[in-house]
Amino acid sequence: MTRLMLILAGLVLALFAGALVIGPANAPYWDSLSALFVDDGTPLTLVMREIRLPRAILALAIGASLGMAGAAMQGYLRNPLADPGLIGVSSSAALGAVIALQTGLAAAYAFGLPLAALVGAVLGVLLVLALAGPRGASITLILAGIVVSALAGALTSLVLNLSPNPFAASEIVFWMMGSLADRSMDHVWLALPLIGLGLALLATLARGLDALTLGEDAAQALGINLTRLRLALVVGTAAVVGASTAVAGTIGFVGLVVPHLLRPFVGARPGALLWASALGGAAMLLAADILVRVVLPTKDLKLGVVTALVGAPLFLHLIYKTRRQMA
Amino acid sequence: MNRRGSHIVTLFAGAVLVAAPVLAQDEAPQRVVSMNLCTDQLAMMLADEGQLYSVSYLSQQDRGSAMVEEARKYVPNRALAEEIYLMDPDLVIAGSFSARVTLDMLRRLDVPVVVFDPSSSLSDIPDRITQMGAVLHQQDKAARMVDEFNAALADLAAMAPHEGARPSAALYSANGWSSGSATLPGQIVAAAGFDLVADEYGMAWGGFLPLELLAMSDPNAVITGQPYPAASRAEEILDHPVVTDLKEGRMQGIVSDQDWSCGTPFVLGAIERLSTARQTATEAPQ
Repeated sequence: MTRLMLILAGLVLALFAGALVIGPANAPYWDSLSALFVDDGTPLTLVMREIRLPRAILALAIGASLGMAGAAMQGYLRNPLADPGLIGVSSSAALGAVIALQTGLAAAYAFGLPLAALVGAVLGVLLVLALAGPRGASITLILAGIVVSALAGALTSLVLNLSPNPFAASEIVFWMMGSLADRSMDHVWLALPLIGLGLALLATLARGLDALTLGEDAAQALGINLTRLRLALVVGTAAVVGASTAVAGTIGFVGLVVPHLLRPFVGARPGALLWASALGGAAMLLAADILVRVVLPTKDLKLGVVTALVGAPLFLHLIYKTRRQMA
Repeated sequence: MNRRGSHIVTLFAGAVLVAAPVLAQDEAPQRVVSMNLCTDQLAMMLADEGQLYSVSYLSQQDRGSAMVEEARKYVPNRALAEEIYLMDPDLVIAGSFSARVTLDMLRRLDVPVVVFDPSSSLSDIPDRITQMGAVLHQQDKAARMVDEFNAALADLAAMAPHEGARPSAALYSANGWSSGSATLPGQIVAAAGFDLVADEYGMAWGGFLPLELLAMSDPNAVITGQPYPAASRAEEILDHPVVTDLKEGRMQGIVSDQDWSCGTPFVLGAIERLSTARQTATEAPQ
């Protein structure tokens, strides 16, 4: 248990350092790190503090958010196919963010952008949970997710196409696939408060989710308030996914892949899976963000492309397994 | 209008790209429609009273047009074949970026069409002026304009510092696109006495310059454009702390505006303002 935690924490730390020293400016690693801590008056300090550091922090925080949100949803629905990206929560958050940006709400109020994305995410979660029903059977969950994703995606495209800004429409791909390119400390301050709040809320679910594995009646008998659990899940997920999507677009599959890979190591306990998935998600997104910079440094390859290339085959495998179990 | 003449022009229209500015038309066109922002401005400068009938709607908008007031005197068009045909022009002037299908449609309808290449360098500008003069049968006016342009450009070139004493400048626009010296904006900056950052990275034709590389090259001036209305991620990069940091305390108030968008004598104004900014910055202690 602690060994897993140490390994994951070490991995995150190594990848965080990697994210800080790898980039098109191509400075020696030690120079880069020292420029981060000591302002030596060279442009390298500017690069480290204003470009690489915010990007690495966002990759860490957003990866942790998506991993933990995926683990929480899977635990609550007792369904390994639940993932905020897959079931349309991220797309709804993106719609909220795009509306805030294009109506000027984001420019008028400091936290207008992440809060609008949060509202979008809440509506998305509620819609999916209502459509899928309390037990969250795989087929209804996936179908509800497809509907919500498609609707939110179409509305996002519509809003961007209606924008008077000629660049807006070409950014549909950013909102669908996500990217951390050229984010600044402003984005970090915008996203971190809500992400922190959401992660804290999701972390309180651990005992309830463990109890839920025995069934809802047994959980209630153990003193778990299911209404409160559901509320914390919805608000927590919406907060982390909303804040993440508002600054980085929709990044799918992290919440699907990471809990799946880590589940065997925590004895399949959904409570323990929460923090493990947070660390694992951070590691996955940091690695993906390093990869897009190494493979195509000047092309801004979208993060969602990398996570989907890893995640989609796994998703197929999961569906195949679920089908066999149902047969 | 002269139908036979129009046929000849149609035949030649395709060859204009190669054979410009020669145009086999005996009479000056009397009802000219221009459907490109840049040809609009050249046509407005050279056409006789009543010779030009319509210009593109873009020429009436502040954003890209340096001749908004003038352009309001003409009927605006949106470069649609149907609309232009109904204007019954005896000559249509288009840019090489105009929609191919629209031009083909107009040619099929026997409307004479001339296509202008965009200016990608300062030396293209006299050629375009001469070409426009020939097309509109205003050769004398065009020749005078070319002489004035060349003289003014030579004066500005004399003011530029020598090799080695030139400050560096980065043109930076949406999505991190940076133009180099093989583009018109790049030539404007170079003519004002700057070395271009894009050239340092081998992107004379322009390319995507990552923020990191922009920061590392530490230019003396960063020149950005005017933002479009409403938000976009593409333009958000221009408000990134790195870009605002680089602009702070350096040459201020330099924006690429409507004078930069087309190969017209207006670029002289842009070069002059940039030169002045460079001189004030280098004379005053930084």
